[in-house]
Amino acid sequence: MSKKVAIVLLVGLSIVMLLAIAELPIYGCANTPVQNYVAERYISGALSDTGALNMVASIVIDYRAYDTLIETTVLFTSIIAVFLVLKKGKD
Amino acid sequence: MTDFVLKRMVALLLPFVQMFGLYVIFHGHLSPGGSFSGGIVTGLGLIAFSLVFGIERSEEKITERMTTLIESFGALWYGAMGLVGILRGTSFLMNKGSGISLGVPGKLYSGGLILLITLGVGLKVASTMVTLFTSLMEEED
Repeated sequence: MSKKVAIVLLVGLSIVMLLAIAELPIYGCANTPVQNYVAERYISGALSDTGALNMVASIVIDYRAYDTLIETTVLFTSIIAVFLVLKKGKD
Repeated sequence: MTDFVLKRMVALLLPFVQMFGLYVIFHGHLSPGGSFSGGIVTGLGLIAFSLVFGIERSEEKITERMTTLIESFGALWYGAMGLVGILRGTSFLMNKGSGISLGVPGKLYSGGLILLITLGVGLKVASTMVTLFTSLMEEED
């Protein structure tokens, strides 16, 4: 019984998701909310703002530096988790 | 593992792998790649060494305490580079606005703080890989 309910619910959910996907704009289309002034600013101003030729590096480490700072602490957290689980403390 | 061919191949390839990893880290602001990918390449070189030559030999090259220290140093280095902006009177992690010379675009020294931050994060990613690997390997015996 619960299996049938689950199947019906999943089919309904996937129909809703597929309808949402059908509404998405075409990939790379110019007139979408994603293509706003932020992307234009990155493309036109990245070299003069940061002096780095690699625009990805200038976004990751200059414009979005806070994001990368927390991203490095994610690695740190993974080390802490492994040490907590695996390392034996001194008795 | 005591396979002769495997040992000689790793000994032959490792310098180039390490050189390439450091190249990707140092040229993160000039060419595709950067701190994360370059750090992974550098760390995987060390992991290949300890896989083929044994974990004791790699412990002689770089101790686990050293990798843990580098690992912690990377995050602190990033924060210290962010404090440069505050010391110069602007906001945290400010690069151009804090009056640092950006250099000539295309040269190795360009991009202000980006090169220094990339170096720290690259070392951190490499030592994270090595530390995870060694602590998982040690648990088996």
